[in-house]
Formats: sequence, structure tokens, C-alpha cells
Amino acid sequence: MGMIRRTFLIGGAALVGGGIFAVQYGDSSAKSQAAKLTDGKGGHNFGTWLRIGEDDTVTIYSPHTDIGQGSNTGLAQMLAEELDADWSKLSVVSAPAESAFANVVLGKGFLSEMSGYPGIIGAMPMSLLGMVARQLNLQITGGSSALRFTGQQGLRVLGAGTRQALIETAAGRMGVPTGELATSDGKVIHAKSGKSLRYGELAAEAATRSLSTKVALKDPKDFKHMGKSIPRFDIPAKVNGTAQYGMDVVKPGMRVATVIAAPVRGGKLESVDPKPALAIAGVEKVINLESAVVVVAKGYWQALKGARALAPKFTDGGHGLITTATIFAEQDKLRAEGKPDKTVGEGDVDAALKADGVKLLDADYKMPFLHHAMMEPFALTAHYKDGHLDLWGGMQDPLGAKAAAATAAGLSADKVTFHPMLIGGSFGRRLPMYMEIVDQVARVAMQVPFPVKLIWSREEEVSQGAYRPQSSAKLTAALGPDGKITAWRNDFAQPEDGLREVPFFYDVPAVARRHFKQVSNQTVGAWRSVNATQHGFTTESFMDELAHLAGADPVEFRLKHLKPGRHRTVLEQVAKRSGWGSPLEPGHARGVAVVECFNTIVGQVIEASLAEDGTPKVHKAWAVVDCGTVVNPTAAEGQILGGLVMGLSSGIGEAITLDKGAVQQSNFSDYEVLKLANAPTVDVHFISSGAEMGGIGEPGLPPATPALANALFALTGKRVRALPIRDQAKA
Amino acid sequence: MAIEAMVNGKPVSFAVEPDTPLLWAIREELGMTGTKFGCGIAACGACSVHINGEVTRSCSVPVSDVAGKSITTIEGLAAADGTLTALQQAWIAHQVPQCGYCQSGQIMAAAALLAKTPKPTDADIDAAMTNICRCGTYPRIRAAIHDVAGIAATTPANPA
Repeated sequence: MGMIRRTFLIGGAALVGGGIFAVQYGDSSAKSQAAKLTDGKGGHNFGTWLRIGEDDTVTIYSPHTDIGQGSNTGLAQMLAEELDADWSKLSVVSAPAESAFANVVLGKGFLSEMSGYPGIIGAMPMSLLGMVARQLNLQITGGSSALRFTGQQGLRVLGAGTRQALIETAAGRMGVPTGELATSDGKVIHAKSGKSLRYGELAAEAATRSLSTKVALKDPKDFKHMGKSIPRFDIPAKVNGTAQYGMDVVKPGMRVATVIAAPVRGGKLESVDPKPALAIAGVEKVINLESAVVVVAKGYWQALKGARALAPKFTDGGHGLITTATIFAEQDKLRAEGKPDKTVGEGDVDAALKADGVKLLDADYKMPFLHHAMMEPFALTAHYKDGHLDLWGGMQDPLGAKAAAATAAGLSADKVTFHPMLIGGSFGRRLPMYMEIVDQVARVAMQVPFPVKLIWSREEEVSQGAYRPQSSAKLTAALGPDGKITAWRNDFAQPEDGLREVPFFYDVPAVARRHFKQVSNQTVGAWRSVNATQHGFTTESFMDELAHLAGADPVEFRLKHLKPGRHRTVLEQVAKRSGWGSPLEPGHARGVAVVECFNTIVGQVIEASLAEDGTPKVHKAWAVVDCGTVVNPTAAEGQILGGLVMGLSSGIGEAITLDKGAVQQSNFSDYEVLKLANAPTVDVHFISSGAEMGGIGEPGLPPATPALANALFALTGKRVRALPIRDQAKA
Repeated sequence: MAIEAMVNGKPVSFAVEPDTPLLWAIREELGMTGTKFGCGIAACGACSVHINGEVTRSCSVPVSDVAGKSITTIEGLAAADGTLTALQQAWIAHQVPQCGYCQSGQIMAAAALLAKTPKPTDADIDAAMTNICRCGTYPRIRAAIHDVAGIAATTPANPA
């Protein structure tokens, strides 16, 4: 199961279809369970995710976790658009972590992306997809999927279908044909008679109708909510200290715990003497887990002091010789053996590389493990009482967390309730398949009679991550006499391939992208934009190297390899907006990169200089984004800004390294995250291409590092082939 | 022995071991959760509060150090009736927060900057705003601070 769910996250490529889809209407048991959980008094459920109250309130049960990307506001805009809801009466709450709220549309989206046969998946009945989603406990936020799948193919269709049911109900009551009725701001209106009926008056009867999925969605020119920069719902509570995160949970009688896990991943707890911890005031219990030891105390400080007093002995699981260098050496060996696990491409690359009159170029790139470094360390509260386990915390997949907790506690899923809290950053980290804290806190809760909040120290957080994998690639290409690429080969080694998710879009007749699967003892996970950072860095750096070899301008060279279309337009626009080619301040240079990620194409230009100590200083950045349709421009711009900053941060200074099988970094002191002084001003521009909606939370990240590296090459003539850049500057 | 101090204008008594960091005394003893735990080593600034007007990373100050001092947390910035300061309003107007977890600390750092330097330059902002935001909201933080430069940003706004 774990493997299948991983694949969902890293699945990629374009989704065929769009427009009219059946939502999760068909499954009557899910519907009745959802109604039980949400209807309450005076309200009626539609398609599980929507409740209309007789008092006209509209509640959306979002199956996504708003990690701060504003997706709940965006999803509300999409539903309100099609429902013609009264915006002032609308609210969004997290869907209960119950299987009735498994995200069927997301299942469909991911299944389509991963299957390679979107036509077949598209033809599968939604009830079957619903079974799949529920089986997989799918309630994930990831793959930049909230708006493009859940919103576009789920809530918009649900809104339109519900609106139609309300109109039909009103037509019956008024005794007029449906064609004479219109909707606006939560009312069905009959213009001829001047009569209207409120949605709240119609909800009870409308909810008994079967919802049609054969509904037309609004034309963008008629949008009232979509495309508007509506202020996000969640922001006011985030400026006055009232927002409640997993870290902030308090329960009566609660104790606080912290953990020390085996420093070498895969290691086990051998022995620990609990006495030094128990001697500390406030420490109540030391609990041994399979590969960790947990200290339970009255408060966090006491638990931390207790944990620091311990000297646990852990095994290294046989991984004690692994270092950063041995991983790269293993990757080189796999490449040298020449047996790729997967190859994607076209044309005869070997022949093209041997052709007469071509110029050959090859280059090796190295990328380190990267840590998510979310600002809120893991904190999860659990209480086992009267045969039932309750959990409170922030997860990207509440339903998956519930299942994982049930397994750890040895309980059936109906004996576990997960209460979602706000999330203090995630970027792919808070997914239950590699979120050990779920397992840890569930096991601890089963052994104590009180609620317990388990908090990971920042040191635990940094050294026990689910990292972006350490990765390396050898790029080889041939340049024809006309200065065009005739062959392109990318031999890359890392755990997953990410080939479908990050397409190679340049017009090259012979391409081979070959994946050499290499795994280590480290836990790897989805790291914002997943594989697009690695592929984006290597592809866009090597394009720049080839432009240099061809004696061509980097933008001109790329344009030569782009047919008319979205990628070309993005590149042209970002070049234009950045004044590409115009004179610069002395000591400044520009670099460019274009990366496609989750069906969104982003081009970035970075203007940079070098500080005296050799570290890069980024002055200004330009981003041009084609995500098809923008639902909330201000929120979307925030995602592009944030992605760009995170891309620069990781490229300049971030690396997780290993020695003796263990992570060497421990906190922000040695895992350096970019600060405000080094964040550039950014010009963000969206292209409304009308293409199928792409993601927005992640695609802003991947072009930043290669664009900066290319700017530094323009400045110094020294090519960045290993990340982070800071290490090269110091070398 | 309990440690007496003022928090947001009210006298408080911390009945904790004297080496307990102020952060945990505020969060667990006073039950005020707006001040966040980020790193525990004063590297990220999520726990920033004002102690006698100076912005301080409360995770690395033992509670014994604040005896007799006046502490302001994010909860103490707005007026008693909840009216936000102009600075907090600018944070909303610029839609600064994303995950929001670091923003209490960012706002406390910005409030301290503006109290001393009412019209900060970009260089002033660079030097004062050293808190980490992993969501990358820095460009909007800078814009929001510039927006309230020169007005009484840290006292509760008086709605016209």
C-alpha cells in the first residue's frame, strides 16, 4: 500500500479530460455516512462535500489540508462560482477524516496521471474510483492537486449539479419551467413574476434529488468569484496569535513527550537506562519503542531535559558505512554498468552521438538530500480512552494518518478519530507513510492513561527527515553544425524516476532519459515539486552549457528548440519582462530557466551578483507562469514567490549530508535557510492560456536554482555542477 | 519559587523551574500559544517576544531572567477590544502569511523595528528581519513594513 500511495504523489504528466465529470454522487453508503456526519439539525448534504443549511449557510467540507497555500479559499471560490452561492454565508471546514470523505476526484486525477492510460481511467465509473480512493484512504494534499483536480473536476461539478437540483426544486414549487429560472447570491429567481426562493428553503427537497453530473460549467467570462483576489479565510487568525496548530493542542491532564530515534535510519533501540531521565523533576515515564525512546513529562522542557540525560544505545541496522560519498559512488557505479531501470525518449541517441560533424558535450551534476524544514516541528497529541484513540494534529492526509495510527495501536479504524489542526508548513513532509510520529504517539498513547502531546525537537526534525533524495546525473548531448541539439541523453540515479511528472519539452530528434534506481537507508519523500527540482536543475543547466558551446544567447538557444506553444510563450514573455539582453549594473548577470511541473510551466530570470566572500546575492527575479487558469491571483502569486524563494534557498545553501549512516545536520545553525535580506524582489506574471488547469503550490520552485546557477556562469564563467552553490563558493 | 513578571500589561507568576525557557513558560504555564516553538536555539525567531521593548527569542531566555520585567507577546499587540495594529492590518492587506506559523515572530520583530526606526530603509529591514519563513513570504513582509512606515504602526489602529 505504501508504495502505491507514493506513486500517486510522484505521478505526473498531463491529465486528459476535463469538463464534465461525475463526482462522488453514486455511492449511497458514503452519502449516508457523510450526511450523518455533517447534516446536523437544519442542514442538508450534497455530494458529501457540501451542506446547505435551512438558514442559507453553505459549508464546504474540504478534503484538502490548507497548508498555507490558500487552497480552502480557492476551493470555495470554485464551488461558489458554479453554485451561485451567497459568499457572505459560505464557510470551509476540514472534511472529517472518515472514509466517506475520501477524495474520489483526487484518486481519479492521480490514477490518470500514473496509469499511462487516462482514457481508460476516464471511463471508469466514479463509484469504482470511490472504492479505490477509500481503500487507499486517499485524503492527500500533494501533487499541487487541490484546485486542478478537487476544485476543477470535483467542487465545480458539484456546485453546478447542486444548483441544477435547486432550480428543479424551485420550478416544481413555483410551477414554472426551469428555463425561466436564474440563480444569484443563494437564491433561485423567477424574473417574470419577481418571485424568488432562497437556497435554504429549497435545500431539504433538493437534497432528495439525484444530482446530475451532465452539467455545463460556467464560461470564464461570466466568473464572479473565480479569478478574483479574494482575501484568504485563514489569514486574520495568523496575525493575532489565535490560529491553532498541532503544536498548540492542550487537553485536560495532558502530558508532553519528546523522542530520540536511532540516528542511523534503519537502526533499532538496543538498550537504554531510564534512570537519568526519571531523576529529572517533572519526568514521569520513559517508553522504549522499536527504534526510539520516548520521555513523557509534565512539560516540553522537562521532557527535553530528560531525553538529553539519556544515553540510549542504538544499532546501525547494517548501514554504518554509508556516507554522502558512498551514495554518489554507488550511483556512478550503476551508471557505469549501463543497465537503466527505465528509459523514456525517442530516436536513436547512440547513432546521433556518433554522427559526423557533431560537437559533443557531457557534464556530471550532483544534488544533495534536502530537508523540508517546515517551521512547525512535528507535534501530535493522542488520547486512548474507553477503547477509542483520538488524535489531534496537522497532516497532509488526515485519513491516511488515521489508518496509520490504527495500525500502530492495533485498533480497527472505527476506533480511531483524527482531528485535523492547522499545519505550520509541510512541503511534502506531513504524509503518514513516512511520518513516524504517528506510529510513535499512537504506541505511547496506548501505554498511558492521559492525553499525551509528542513534540519532535528541531534536532530530531532535521536529522530524521523524509528528504528529497540525493541524486546525480550525467548529461550527454551532440550539437549539429546548425547549432541545434541532435541528441540528448540524461543518465540519472536516485530512488524514483519522475519522468512522467517532469516532461522534457525541447524539440530534439533523439532523446534518452535513463533512470538508474538507487536507494539508501535514508527515508526519502515528496519535497515541494518532487522530482522537478532535480530534472529542472540538470536539464536547464545543461541547456545553458550547450548554448555556450553553440556560441548562442541562452534564450535564443532555447527558443531554437521550442515549437510554438505554451513553453515558448512563457520563455518569450519572461525574457521580455526581465529586459533580457539589456545592459546591467557592473558585476550583475542574468540567468534563465524554464521548467514544467504538474502541468504548469514556469519561466524565471534571475539577476544576481557575487558578494565578496563568493556567495551569490540575488537582486531581482522575474517569473512568468502558465497554469491554465488562475483562481485567486494574489494567493497564486504568493505561491510563486514562496516557491522561488525556497528554490533559491535550497540551491544556495541547503544540504543534508551523511556520515557513518547518520545525518550530520541538526538545526537551522547547520541547515541554512535563506533569510529576508537575501530574498529578491520578484515580478510575477500569469498567462491565462486556458490550458487544462495546472498546479500552483509547487511549480514556482524548480526554475530558481538553475536560473541562478546560469546567472553565476554568465558572471564568472564557472559552471555550477554540484549543489549547494555555497559549497562551491567556499571551495 | 515563583517568578513574577508582567505579560501584556498583566502581572503573572511563573511557578516553574528557573531554567525553563520563557517560551515554554508562556506557552505551557500561561496557556498562550501565539508564541511559537521553532528551533530552540534562537536561530529562527518563531518565538520572538518583546522584553522591556527589546525583541528577544524567548526559547533561549530562562524564565529566571525576566523577573520583574515587562513582556509583550503577539496576543498583546492588538487593543483590548481586538482592534489590530496598523502593522497587523498591513499583514492582512498584503496577504503575507501562508502557513502562518512564523508570522507571530515576524510581526513581533517588525513591531520592534518600527518602534525604534519608524521609517526603515531596505537595509534597516534586512538587518532587523532575520526570522526564518520557510514559505518564503519575505517579499510581502518587506512590502507590508514599508506600507506602515511613518505611521504609528505598533499602537492599535483607530478606525476612522
